[in-house]
Amino acid sequence: MTSAESGFFGRLNWDAFPIAGLIQDPNTNEIVANAAAGVVIVGVVLVLGLLTWFRLWGPLWRDWLTSADHKKIGIMYIVFAIVMLARGVLEGVVMRAQQAAGPGEGFLEAEHFAELFSTHGTIMIFFVAVPFVFGLANFLVPLMIGARDVAFPVMNQISLGLTVSAGMMLMVSLVVGEFSTGGWTAYPPYTGAAFNPGVGPDYWIWAIVVSGIGTTLTGINFAVTIYKLRAPGMKFMRLPMYCWTIICSSILIVFAMPPLGVAALLLAADRYLDFHFFTNDLGGNMMNYANLFWLFGHPEVYLLVLPAYGIYSEVFATFSAKRLYGYTSLVIATMSIAVLSFTVWLHHFFTMGQSALINAVFGIATMLIAIPTGVKVYDWMATLYRGRIRFSVPMLYGLAFLLLFVIGGLSGVILANPTVDYQVHNTLFLVAHFHNVLLPGVLFGLLAGYNYWFPKAFGFRLDEVWGRISVVLWTVGFMLTFLPLYFVGLMGMPRRSYSWEDPSFHPYMITAVIGALVILAALLSVVVQLWVSIRNREQSRVPVGDPWDARTLEWSIPAPPPPYNFAIIPHVTDRDDFAAAKERGAAYPHPDRYEDITMPRNTSIGFVLCVLSGVWMFALVWWIWWLAALMTVMMILSFILWTFRTDTEEVVSAEDVRRQHEAWLDLVRTTPPVTRDHEGAPENAGLARPDLEATT
Amino acid sequence: MKPAPTHSYPGLNLGRGRPGAHKATEVVTFGFWVFLMSDLVYFGLMFGVYITMIDAQAGGPGPHELFDLYSIFAQTLILLTSSLTVGLAMLALKYDLPRGRIVLWFAVTLLLGLSFLFLEIRDFMSMADKGGIPQRSGFLSALYGLVPLHGLHVAAGCVWLVVLGIQLRVMGMTDLVVSRMVRLALFWHFLDLIWIGIITIVYFGGLTYG
Repeated sequence: MTSAESGFFGRLNWDAFPIAGLIQDPNTNEIVANAAAGVVIVGVVLVLGLLTWFRLWGPLWRDWLTSADHKKIGIMYIVFAIVMLARGVLEGVVMRAQQAAGPGEGFLEAEHFAELFSTHGTIMIFFVAVPFVFGLANFLVPLMIGARDVAFPVMNQISLGLTVSAGMMLMVSLVVGEFSTGGWTAYPPYTGAAFNPGVGPDYWIWAIVVSGIGTTLTGINFAVTIYKLRAPGMKFMRLPMYCWTIICSSILIVFAMPPLGVAALLLAADRYLDFHFFTNDLGGNMMNYANLFWLFGHPEVYLLVLPAYGIYSEVFATFSAKRLYGYTSLVIATMSIAVLSFTVWLHHFFTMGQSALINAVFGIATMLIAIPTGVKVYDWMATLYRGRIRFSVPMLYGLAFLLLFVIGGLSGVILANPTVDYQVHNTLFLVAHFHNVLLPGVLFGLLAGYNYWFPKAFGFRLDEVWGRISVVLWTVGFMLTFLPLYFVGLMGMPRRSYSWEDPSFHPYMITAVIGALVILAALLSVVVQLWVSIRNREQSRVPVGDPWDARTLEWSIPAPPPPYNFAIIPHVTDRDDFAAAKERGAAYPHPDRYEDITMPRNTSIGFVLCVLSGVWMFALVWWIWWLAALMTVMMILSFILWTFRTDTEEVVSAEDVRRQHEAWLDLVRTTPPVTRDHEGAPENAGLARPDLEATT
Repeated sequence: MKPAPTHSYPGLNLGRGRPGAHKATEVVTFGFWVFLMSDLVYFGLMFGVYITMIDAQAGGPGPHELFDLYSIFAQTLILLTSSLTVGLAMLALKYDLPRGRIVLWFAVTLLLGLSFLFLEIRDFMSMADKGGIPQRSGFLSALYGLVPLHGLHVAAGCVWLVVLGIQLRVMGMTDLVVSRMVRLALFWHFLDLIWIGIITIVYFGGLTYG
């Protein structure tokens, strides 16, 4: 069947459902596929049932799905990221189990294994790391720069909607049809129509295109927010380090997402319209795809890791009770990394036919990135030096990061040498390297940030004991799983193999699967930590809002913050303005007068576009042309109709602001302050007593 | 004379004539500039793809058989003139001339945009008649990937013009509508800029190196 001649349901039929495969030929492979589909269906039914049982549809719609509040959008991003993280980790465990089964053994078919590594990579990058990073940024950036919301609150909601609907495509692909087997990079011609006529690559393409648009809008939003909405006196060199990393990330998004969109859309043109951008015949050129994809792909890893650097910078400063060491050098290093990240993409395909000179140039450019990164590591260590360190959960993640990330970074410098790369290209050495930078770098940073800012978002602290357990499990799990892969990689084991023959790999594979189970336990410990913390929340409430004696503006307001964030927009006079105010005894000032505050009103456009774009993608994947056309028209029309709305804002009266703010100021006055030594104790209600001389 | 507002941005500022709209426009216009930068990268990459594929004709028709420079010349004149008329509409807006003048210049812009699209579609139909379809070769794929992408932007600009006309009627000359006009003008000039790239690289470049 060609794309032109498809019926009412396009190419969708009974065989697309995994249960059909199970009935025809019951085997382990089909059972695993059906179990995965079953988990998705049961999960959806369970969530819908719980929402109905507890009558939560109304609040969910009013308070969350239609909200334009950056804090709620940020939290929704993170919830989405954690759900997807659970799937990504499970897939990792299944892959490790397959490879640990022994030479020539295993319970999965090659196609199924290929689907697993393709979805695992796609999910972890686009639907875990990106939404988690920008979920945190959503929550934090306006609070840190003294703003009431992001520059474009409704566009922010649309970004979330597009990211979620794209992520849902990966879930749908478990139940209807199959996902791509082409890896997260989806190189043609393998993913072209000639070799891969099924729906798999189409699921990949549309999920990538739609989430890419969502991410681009996010990047624009945060670049503008930080440029334009800073509170009076918040000069660039007074920005918290975290905001610097977000602005660099946003710039990377604005310039690096288009190559991904171009690559995916041109691949779509090849597959759907029989174009010849990347085909083997009639002048197609696969190298264009490799260049386009990695022109995005390399900046992508920095747009993920820079915000994690920002989180570590805040965490090290707060839990060392010191000013961040070498702020200016960190700013310059961050910007240097952002710029250099555009000059190194070719190191992802040293072996694909360039001249030695070009490889050398890109190899040297790659090594250069180690310089600003090294500057950062020294700055963080100097921040710790002679600080009064508390080994709280975020700090422990930070220390694990410092040790492990240096190993990952150095293995990157090894790979940057083209002659070495020729030996280890496409081996598990590479897999070990990028997991070594992505887990201790990005994931540990995000978890540190989650533990650090959770009390700000929800008004109570997370459980320290379970937090420490999860730090240990993540660290041990990471080391057991991925450090052995360096060795088997050097021994020559190719990545993405569902089967292998050399018995000397076996002990390493066994170690790795044990590590994967520890990582699974680590994920569970995060869930348990949340559960225990919610149960004990009355003993850990921090309504005053500053449980860690922290330094930046977001800690100077209540926890959780009011919808308008700041009753009075602060006037910033210092870097680490809140810490400086506490030292002067000028924290929690009593304002002379209050003003009306204008806030964006709720809107359903983000949710509408989420649903419509989801159906649109599904229709395109299954060639249901009438539905795709209908959805296109409806998306355009609903957006145009939305632009006719005029009542987009609502006013919080000065009197309401005064009442709420003064009630909180009274609470500040009556709350007993606690020193850093007691910040884990129940009496920590969020008012810090600085118990040290200022150390700078 | 009042002092000039401080919240300026690249491009035509509304300034003293419309201080309210000027302030409302500042952040969103800056955001639109950032969006245009991102969009520019899309086009830049498509130009790159085209340049690498000029030779990938695979025995199919090439630039010399397909390109009609007279039509391209007409399209260029039309599009450049439409940039002028958008500019005149902006000046009328800035200096608070009668609303009819603003509407007139936007209407002329819309007409020019539609004529441009008409000529471009006619070009592509005649190319298809000569066997120049995107399924024929990598070169033609790149051509059909790039030039109609610009055409799609012009079409989106035309829809935007119509919607804005309706909004002017329904909502009046509010700060919001004025701010949208400013962005539409930026978008239109951006399309012109891309077109300059297209005639230089796609048409002249294609004829020189293809």
